[in-house]
Amino acid sequence: MKKYTFTEKKDTRSGFGAGMHVLGQQNPNVVALCADLVGSLKLEAFIKENPDRFVQCGISEANMIGVSAGLTIGGKIPFATTFANFATGRVYDQIRQSVAYSNKNVKICASHAGLTLGEDGATHQILEDLGMMKMLPGMTVINPCDYNQTKAATIAIADHEGPVYLRFGRPVIPVFTDADQVFEIGKAWMVNEGTDVSIFATGHMVWEAIQAGEQLEAEGINAEIINIHTIKPLDEEAILKSVSKTGCAVTAEEHNRLGGLGDSVAQVLVKNKLVPQEYVAVNDSFGESGTPAQLMEKYGLTAKDIVAAAKRAIERKNA
Amino acid sequence: MEIEQLEKVASQVRRDIVRMVHGCQSGHPGGSLGCTEILVALYFEQMKIKEENGKPVFDMNGEGEDLFFLSNGHISPVWYSVLAHKGYFPKEEMATFRKLNSRLQGHPTTHEHLEGIRIASGSLGQGMSAAIGAALAKKLNKDTRTVFVLMGDGEQQEGQVWEAASFAPHHEVDNLIAMIDLNGQQIDGPTLKVMNNRDLGKKYEAFGWEVITIEEGNDMAAVVKGLYEAKSRLGHGRPIMILVHTGMGFGVDFMMGSHKWHGVAPNDEQLAAALGQLEETLGDY
Repeated sequence: MKKYTFTEKKDTRSGFGAGMHVLGQQNPNVVALCADLVGSLKLEAFIKENPDRFVQCGISEANMIGVSAGLTIGGKIPFATTFANFATGRVYDQIRQSVAYSNKNVKICASHAGLTLGEDGATHQILEDLGMMKMLPGMTVINPCDYNQTKAATIAIADHEGPVYLRFGRPVIPVFTDADQVFEIGKAWMVNEGTDVSIFATGHMVWEAIQAGEQLEAEGINAEIINIHTIKPLDEEAILKSVSKTGCAVTAEEHNRLGGLGDSVAQVLVKNKLVPQEYVAVNDSFGESGTPAQLMEKYGLTAKDIVAAAKRAIERKNA
Repeated sequence: MEIEQLEKVASQVRRDIVRMVHGCQSGHPGGSLGCTEILVALYFEQMKIKEENGKPVFDMNGEGEDLFFLSNGHISPVWYSVLAHKGYFPKEEMATFRKLNSRLQGHPTTHEHLEGIRIASGSLGQGMSAAIGAALAKKLNKDTRTVFVLMGDGEQQEGQVWEAASFAPHHEVDNLIAMIDLNGQQIDGPTLKVMNNRDLGKKYEAFGWEVITIEEGNDMAAVVKGLYEAKSRLGHGRPIMILVHTGMGFGVDFMMGSHKWHGVAPNDEQLAAALGQLEETLGDY
């Protein structure tokens, strides 16, 4: 098992803020919009240096999406930012009509996704956003795994023509990817090559998958771990190549098991190469208040849950 | 363009509207007929549009030209006809309205790359937000042209409209002229009965808009004058709202003033009766 170490823990939303800071200096067409959550989205550095390219929208997410769509008419690259719940479910029709169907170059940047938002509870913990966004034709859906990858993804999507949903979160987690990485949309990242089971993980679950890989190794199981940071377009080739070798799969995501990464992978497997697949995901339920660690434990989204899923997948393969 | 010439264009546009809706037995003639003066006055008199050899040159960004957004997208027939006669696309294409494989979708879209359209509309309440964004982009680009947007009065019941209504004065979007088609009708009946909008002028004034009214929205001279009046007030820190009183179905006597023709197509006899009231001036498609 390849060794991953870290010297610090950071939140992925700060990676987004750092990416925006860079974009503010590099790309004069980038405009940031926010619906009264500037501190939560870590936009202070961008705003300080580019006050004319920041648009405070107030608590009016629907209008923010529409204004963003309009800004693209005139060549701007709007980054519309708020919590994931308000960036997707609350404004689904605005995204559908004014952004996706109209093929507008809007970047919807969503923080505080999933259970790890924590104490605010289920009203704010969206677990359906990946599903909603990936169903929109033409939408690119990205869920990076740590601070550095989120920063790199933020910078990369400015150069991608077309609507993008970028999902990140609130908790501080290990920073284990390279600081100077180049983010390639739609290209899965091989975290660890293995032979016994393929673990496809996204977002905060990638670090959990690495820890699971180490536990499995201690038990003599050689896990392949792949970071699917881009849910759409999905790197089908990487998935099929991996399961051709391992013969079984685990998907891990901080999302409802319905409609997320797991279902996207399942579709590829059903169509091309049927192998056993186990889901590590929220089992069609809402979240609740608690610390991020407590919630991930209660809803079955930890390294130990990935280990158990990997063993089930291997057992089914060998049955 | 002289008022008399604009009226001739309007007559042809009205013929196109009833023929398009009849041709596919689907669509919204009432609001389209009522807004004919507004769109003709905008495109043939008011708006500066990039042209080459007398024809519009369409590009999505629209830098250096005035932009129009139709928020109440269901009145697409009037927009399609005006765009076609302006020269954005061949007028024969109007025959494909609402039919399979057409660029003239039921509601306007950019998906089929129809020249003149910059965003999909029809899911009500979204157009003004987009127009505000386009107006902000013009300011960032130091482009001094104007952005226009038309909404329906029933559409004022959508919450997003009021998010946008708060936003534009706060951000001093003073290169924007919004218009509301006050025809007093919506699908389920008179707006007063379905959901009373109360005094829209006072509402927008309270939100920080400069509000003017065109009492006779189907009088071409009044519409042209009102648009110039609105334009003269731009650039002073406030967006402009024009309340335009129109008659749903105006120009076809049996369609006038009733919500019943909001979304109903005429049959053959009704088409003949309607065309009998509308002079063919620029040639039917």
